[in-house]
Amino acid sequence: MTVIPPPEDAPERFRPPTSPAAEPFWAATRDRRLVLQWCTACERPIHFPREACPSCLGTDLEFRPASGVGTVYAVSTMPKPANPTMAGRTPYVVALVDLDEGVRLMTNLVGPHAESVVIGDRVTVAWEPLTDGRHLAVFVPVAPS
Amino acid sequence: MSGLRGKAAIVGVADAVSPTGELEGSVRALEVQMIREALDDAGLTIADVDAVFSNLSAGWAPSMELAEYLGISPRWTDSTQTGGSSFEIHVEHAAAAIALGLCEVAVIVYAATPRSSFKRGAGGFASRQSSPGPTPGAEWELPYGMRAPMGAYALAASRHLHQFGTTSEQLAQIAVDTRRWAAMNPRARLQELITVDDVLESPLEASPLHKLDCCLVTDGAGAVVLTSAERARSLRRPPALVLGTGSCTTHAMISEMPDLTTTGAAVSGPLAFSAAGLTPADVDVVQLYDSFTITVLLLLEDLGFCPKGEGGAFVADGVLAPGGALPANTTGGGLAYTHPGMFGIFLLVEAVRQLRGECGPRQVPGAEVALAHGSGGVLSAMSTVILGTEATA
Repeated sequence: MTVIPPPEDAPERFRPPTSPAAEPFWAATRDRRLVLQWCTACERPIHFPREACPSCLGTDLEFRPASGVGTVYAVSTMPKPANPTMAGRTPYVVALVDLDEGVRLMTNLVGPHAESVVIGDRVTVAWEPLTDGRHLAVFVPVAPS
Repeated sequence: MSGLRGKAAIVGVADAVSPTGELEGSVRALEVQMIREALDDAGLTIADVDAVFSNLSAGWAPSMELAEYLGISPRWTDSTQTGGSSFEIHVEHAAAAIALGLCEVAVIVYAATPRSSFKRGAGGFASRQSSPGPTPGAEWELPYGMRAPMGAYALAASRHLHQFGTTSEQLAQIAVDTRRWAAMNPRARLQELITVDDVLESPLEASPLHKLDCCLVTDGAGAVVLTSAERARSLRRPPALVLGTGSCTTHAMISEMPDLTTTGAAVSGPLAFSAAGLTPADVDVVQLYDSFTITVLLLLEDLGFCPKGEGGAFVADGVLAPGGALPANTTGGGLAYTHPGMFGIFLLVEAVRQLRGECGPRQVPGAEVALAHGSGGVLSAMSTVILGTEATA
């Protein structure tokens, strides 16, 4: 899986807290693996990870590997940093990506072609290291075949 | 005797306690467990629930955040917080709402783990911060640097532009027309007329939204008073009768919004119109929460003033401006009048003043029916209020 280091002069990103239900999600990012929570009763993926399935309130949940591939649903370029932790990255691209499994997540589109990505484009996961050993899932365009 | 007597009932209950004084699991896990058990007790499922009551959360909007966690879009949301008596007040609100047909199945829930949290050294008795777990926003959105709140609306705008061919010029027209109203309001923060080019040439804040697509940051304050229609008729001012209302929350985080081009106004609007026995064609003046130009566009579509996806063409010819067919945001709105962070009170105040005929140069002649629509969070919580003069009673 592609590793995307942060810009050299950028401060450390806001480091996401880990909720109890999402511990396996974040643990997997240490190995740069994207996993999704599934409800075994509904056979539906859940994101963000919860204590119970938001369809049936069932608690028979498990984490499964995700494809890491999806489609851009919405996108916005930030010309100014949202907060000091994003300084040194502008302009940067915030997007909502629909993973092929059927869940939507917020992310950044990164890499040299990030700003030319449009809604509907196919993207694949890449990983930006966090200072605590976890990685943040970001996305890059799928290379044209 | 109350008109609510015998109109609602409690049909399911659950509680969780232990002789150890401690419970396993996070507060959210306990809340979900209680809801599941109480619904089971009643023979209902989460799909039946259309009203959510919660007085505590890790964030700022307890019942809205709980509904997001439960994956439901309730039409009654209530975070009334009065400490230990919150839940009795919730029952009162729920019974009133059920009696009036404003909701059908209400869930009231509470969980707290002060003892086990204290043992873990995690904070004090009264604070929800004693519970394990961050807000979902901190975990799933904050790391990505979306400018708040405009980034969320920019994402929605990007989707509308992509899906329906809406243009930035069409969004800008909303700001231009709103400013024309502000120019007639000596108390408006911004009173100079602007053009579509002015909007497009203002700095980009979060693509595709420019600075003049965004609301102000000002001080501001307001209040409204309600009483019975009967009593209202003996008071000093002509009453603005509440003809219909509707509400719906769909998410707390923008990444959890089911469809970025359809808001909960598509639920709240029809509920309000149905209650009022009116249609959009009957409305003389609208006050639509204009946090951003895209908000107005989405609300026009979702409330039924034009079909979904046609908002851009609908606003392009100045329909919202003075003299237009649908006078909108006649104060100058959040875009030009005032915006202290939560604009909803001003929507109601102006709707009432329009119905009373008090608005001077910006008065919509003969306004009998006014619609005020509030939007909270990031297109998260929608509420529609239709008001009318005595003639509409």
